[in-house]
Amino acid sequence: MNDSAVSPPAAGERYALNPMYLFRWEPTQDAHVLLYPEGIVKLNQTAGDIIERCDGKRTVAELVAELQQRYPGDEERVAEGVYTFLEVFRAKGWIRRQA
Amino acid sequence: MPKDGSVVRLDGQGKPLWLVLELTYRCPLKCPWCSNPVDYARDETAELSTAEWKRVLREGRELGALQLGFTGGEPLLRDDLEELVADARALGYYTNLITSGVGLSEARLSALKAAGLNQIQLSLQSSERELTDTLVGARAHDLKVKVAHMIKAHGFPMVLNVPVFRQNIGQVEDILRLAEEIGVDYLEFANIQYYNWAMVNRDELLPTREQLQAAERAVQAARERLGDRMTIYFVIPDYYEGRPKACMNGWGSIHLTIAPDGVAMPCQEARVIEGLEFPSIRDNSLAWLWNESPTFQKFRGDEWMSPTCRSCDEKEKDFGGCRCQAFLLTGDAANTDPACSRSPHHHLIAEAIAKAHAPGRRIQPLVLRNDRNSRLLGEGSGTGGGCGAAGRADLAVAVVEPSDV
Ligand SMILES: C[S@@+](CC[C@H](N)C(=O)[O-])C[C@H]1O[C@@H](n2cnc3c(N)ncnc32)[C@H](O)[C@@H]1O
Ligand code: SF4
Ligand code: SF4
Repeated sequence: MNDSAVSPPAAGERYALNPMYLFRWEPTQDAHVLLYPEGIVKLNQTAGDIIERCDGKRTVAELVAELQQRYPGDEERVAEGVYTFLEVFRAKGWIRRQA
Repeated sequence: MPKDGSVVRLDGQGKPLWLVLELTYRCPLKCPWCSNPVDYARDETAELSTAEWKRVLREGRELGALQLGFTGGEPLLRDDLEELVADARALGYYTNLITSGVGLSEARLSALKAAGLNQIQLSLQSSERELTDTLVGARAHDLKVKVAHMIKAHGFPMVLNVPVFRQNIGQVEDILRLAEEIGVDYLEFANIQYYNWAMVNRDELLPTREQLQAAERAVQAARERLGDRMTIYFVIPDYYEGRPKACMNGWGSIHLTIAPDGVAMPCQEARVIEGLEFPSIRDNSLAWLWNESPTFQKFRGDEWMSPTCRSCDEKEKDFGGCRCQAFLLTGDAANTDPACSRSPHHHLIAEAIAKAHAPGRRIQPLVLRNDRNSRLLGEGSGTGGGCGAAGRADLAVAVVEPSDV
């Protein structure tokens, strides 16, 4: 693997939904879902909160700050959670790092 | 806050999440591995009308379907395709068009875009003009490459589907390069499944293990080179796996296919299984077909399983494999899929591989999928089941049209 493809998310980076994916609320599942050519993923609330904010404009630092506001309490844990999620989502191809 | 891994994948909860509409079996191409029924031409029953397809769409959505595939045959042969796509989008489906590309003009791409189509899966068989054209029995290669560029120019996400078999497995690198040049988002090398036409031609199509390994290495190298730019799938053939595929995620679990005549099936191949009834949406509600019809209930859960599978610690993983393959190779759809090394019939797989690569074996011309071969092969099968199964190869060879090859 080449390094840039696997390096973990950094504060100044921006992520956007992979254009292959459709992200929306699905009433029959009572959840956000990701729809794409080969699959369906049902997201839990926090995963939905994060993906909703992967708009290619917000930086990772801004995204973390918003989530910390939404889930007040343990700021460090929220930040860690966001970073982990972003890395997992990117590895799955759901989101892409903006150039 | 979340923990890693707390993303929930969706299980069906009894819903047919994946609806596939085979709009027609008609097709301008003649792929000798085609997964359509071998006797597709024998059935004169009229295709569903626009209004009937719309009823399927509505009832499917009521049952919770999310993903929708328009396939065939060649779905572009239906001139109500755009109308159906628009209807499906309004109902909230994610809409996929699965096409050979033949008939996909600029005008139709614009109309499909306006109708809200989400993505297009285009099939391509080779990186070489001559080989593609020979394999599909028509001058299609240049057209397919042109259509691929057009699809990207219209801003559609695109899956390039490459069915993999002996004739093209050595071209993985060239196909990768071509896909890169086109700007494909998803490249799917799908080792073909041996049912229907592919079963008729199995001896000529099945690659060797060495060929497979070389192809896998090429794919791995490309993944490293391309990183996030292209997602590459490599569907390996279960003949070489020792374990069956988790076919359809389990029978009647999340997949629902409607054939051109309205017959509801748990998968596109299910009609090969003799002894099952296949009622149509013309006479029944989709809800009844999915929830209550004997065919859909037949292989749900694990009651039906052979002792080999029922007592197996992997049954939650692969649900005992593929019912169609079990039927085709062993004659009983409830048997363990012979692709599994725990199956008492696993030797059938080894024998098929050996037969396809026997030194000094006589090479046979490929039997192309066309109406004439379909009628001939259809006559050979005693029931409505669609398959030219193992052992039918001799008959198959007898009906090759030399002008087609
Ligand atoms: C049956 S075709 C129908 C749509 C259209 N005619 C086409 O070829 O794309 C649907 C898909 O199945 C693939 N396919 C055909 N025969 C297959 C087989 N035996 N195993 C796996 N995939 C197969 C094709 O490459 C295509 O992507
Ligand atoms: S696989 Fe080939 S023959 Fe079969 S429907 Fe598709 S294009 Fe037609
Ligand atoms: S024995 Fe049956 S359940 Fe177990 S791995 Fe094989 S096919 Fe799957």
